[in-house]
Amino acid sequence: MAHVLPTTAPQRLVVLERIPTPVWGIALLLLLMPAFANNFVLFQIFGWSFILGMIALSLMVLAGYGGMVSLIQMTVAALAGYVVAILGTSGVPQISLGWPWWLHIPLAILIATLFGTLVGALAVRTEGIYTIMITLAIAAAFFYFTRQNYVIFNGYTGFNNVIPPALFGVDWRQPVPFYYLTLVCAALSYVAVVWMARTPFGLALQGVRDNPRRMSALGFSVTAHRILAYSFASAIAAVGGILLVWQNAQVVPGTAGIPQVIDILVIAVVGGLAHPIGPFIGALIYALLSVFASDILLAFGMAGERFKLAVGLGFLAVVFFSPDGVLGLWQRLRARMQRRERDLRPGNGEARP
Amino acid sequence: MPSVAERLSAAGTANALHLRGVTRMFGALAALTDVTLSVRSGERRAVLGSNGAGKTTLFNCITGDFPPSSGTIRFFGEDVTGFPPHERIRRGLRRTYQISALFTGLSVIDNVYLACRGVSRGRFSMLRPRGDDGLMQSALALVEAVHLTDVKDQRVSELSHGQQRQLEVALALAGAPRFILFDEPAAGLSPTERQELVEILTSLPKHIGYIIIEHDMDVALRVVESVTMMHNGRIFKEGRPEEIESDPEVQELYLGGAHGGGHA
Repeated sequence: MAHVLPTTAPQRLVVLERIPTPVWGIALLLLLMPAFANNFVLFQIFGWSFILGMIALSLMVLAGYGGMVSLIQMTVAALAGYVVAILGTSGVPQISLGWPWWLHIPLAILIATLFGTLVGALAVRTEGIYTIMITLAIAAAFFYFTRQNYVIFNGYTGFNNVIPPALFGVDWRQPVPFYYLTLVCAALSYVAVVWMARTPFGLALQGVRDNPRRMSALGFSVTAHRILAYSFASAIAAVGGILLVWQNAQVVPGTAGIPQVIDILVIAVVGGLAHPIGPFIGALIYALLSVFASDILLAFGMAGERFKLAVGLGFLAVVFFSPDGVLGLWQRLRARMQRRERDLRPGNGEARP
Repeated sequence: MPSVAERLSAAGTANALHLRGVTRMFGALAALTDVTLSVRSGERRAVLGSNGAGKTTLFNCITGDFPPSSGTIRFFGEDVTGFPPHERIRRGLRRTYQISALFTGLSVIDNVYLACRGVSRGRFSMLRPRGDDGLMQSALALVEAVHLTDVKDQRVSELSHGQQRQLEVALALAGAPRFILFDEPAAGLSPTERQELVEILTSLPKHIGYIIIEHDMDVALRVVESVTMMHNGRIFKEGRPEEIESDPEVQELYLGGAHGGGHA
């Protein structure tokens, strides 16, 4: 054992050293957040942002790395929530089976992932706008089906009182535990996506995005790769969906209604599809706007329920000024600052007029 | 059902490539008409012809990018007519593209690593490649072979045209190719780069055969032992390079007055 340590320990340190300082700062800030943020901020803003970020992250994997714009991710999330409600416990005991958490949670992730994979298998044979149409059509069908089916999905009313199991004696719906629960899930999904991007699977997925024909001319099955990308993304969306249902303590057809499906696309695009941090930035902006825009609108004498207008205008502004989202805006700003710094350095400035 | 003995003898004498009666229609237009072609294993051949003669369509039929409308294609004796492209590639077929088909968002080394990974196990692996990974080593060797080591970590979109063409060739050499289709590999290259390309092609191991589509006669005729002339989707003449070059019909149709037999 002792002779192994000297070789592995420095390698690990190198990996840690490669993480830039701002990331450490943000990690520390997020970890210490409950010390200074109130319950509303923890539960309603950050908890919600982490959850929406995870579901948008699953879209980022497909769109950013795979070049496939899928509108099914919110539906996958809602299905995972429904399975938790149906197999676990809820306020509708005549349907809910009351299975233990170690059974119904893995099953929920598995079933939602399978569903996402099946939709993927249908969608990957299409390109561009047709992928959007086919996934949107399935999302709409799921919405109407859950609203009309009372035997399994309890129709219009859905399921209320869907709460997380009291593991380790903790009430996970309390703001601080829920904050940490969602933070850990979001961080794990983020790390999983960053890791995946540099694996043979992730590289090949980006190859499929750049040039599918060449990928098959290198011996890759483009279809199989795309379908597996749907599986990977759907697993992340499923975890996000379960957390979302626990946060709201309910799951209804409207959990994955058409507006919610579109919101995930808006979040991912506003944040930026080029890097897995983008969806979380987009989700935080979305959550802040949703919560505070009504107050701001009221202050200007407009109806508070028009906050969607602010979200929509923000979306338009971002897409117009920065097609690669807030992330792209930040990268351009940093590049400009670096240029200015270079110009201001002594010896450089004199050469310029 | 052929007997075992027949199969064995067929395997021993099999051509690298055998096309029989291959026709490819695009709507009512025949891009290829009844093409029958045999290339021995290890043979190097040029396919010449004017634009629209069906040369690239021929490649697309062989790789399966566009399956033929009729006819059969055998690769080392195996009927691959109904196979998807990746199954043919895994059997040792490779191709390059007339217009570079690279992964512009990835680095040079990642492009070549993908090419090595595509014809080996672990295409879906979720483990990151390590520096001493066997495939990573062969990818580095290939990058070296096409003189791209200096730019191996650059994004492909930042490479010059010549470098992209070199990378295009490197992707086709990954794994253990048995037969390669080169589609105008010298297009847009400088004279020096052309010379380097000729060196890469002539220094390929002897067992690797190829077909090359090339408009530059200086490149094409120096790297092959046989030539197939195509015209309007049909094979119109086959022979050794010197026979084709001196053939009056070929000169009139393809080389035209501009060349005027200037290669003598």
